[in-house]
Amino acid sequence: MATKTTKTKEESVVLNNYESVIIFTPVLSEEQLKDAVAKYRKMITDNGGELIHEENWGLTKLAYPIQKKSTGFYHIYEYKAPASFVSTFELAFRRDERIMRFLSTVLDKHAIHYNVRKRNGEFNQGKNSPKQQEAKK
Amino acid sequence: MAKPQNKYTGSSVFNTTPDATQRKKYCRFKKNGIKYIDYKDANFLLKFVNDQGKILPRRLTGTSLKYQRKISQAVKRARHIAVLPFTGDMIK
Repeated sequence: MATKTTKTKEESVVLNNYESVIIFTPVLSEEQLKDAVAKYRKMITDNGGELIHEENWGLTKLAYPIQKKSTGFYHIYEYKAPASFVSTFELAFRRDERIMRFLSTVLDKHAIHYNVRKRNGEFNQGKNSPKQQEAKK
Repeated sequence: MAKPQNKYTGSSVFNTTPDATQRKKYCRFKKNGIKYIDYKDANFLLKFVNDQGKILPRRLTGTSLKYQRKISQAVKRARHIAVLPFTGDMIK
């Protein structure tokens, strides 16, 4: 059984599409935030993953306080990775004190399509997302 | 059995007055061909919660079961990442 799984791993690794939203503490300086973001970006590519898209919302107000903080830095990674990677990725989040909250989701075909369209700025639906507001300015 | 009209909606997004109920409800996702509900889009999700932040029943919104499940999943994800509040008064 064990040999079987290792064999398939060597032959071909199936990559799934995932999306992780991370909320960093607002106490970080710009430099520290950049370091943290770069660390996880590197982690994706180092573990046989492939980064598709990244989005930074900057300092955003939270709907409710987390760890007594009312704001946080939102960062979103969209990536392709083998299924086993997500648990290691999330373990790293849990160990990191800079991260207040995270959420990883699998993207189905509709979600991928939606994200591609969103990136191309096809809808005005996301009018209030920070990225689109920047584009307006 | 006279229910207060604002028990669920509290606002006029989904009108529950007798005239409005005459009009046929429809699923906006089926009608507009929306296949994916983004949990990061707070403004869109606000249409499916009441002033307290509770998810509206599909009896009021007219959403089909398939998309109601997706809405509830999206709202719950949004709450987790603090895009939507779990509770609140007059959150809109």
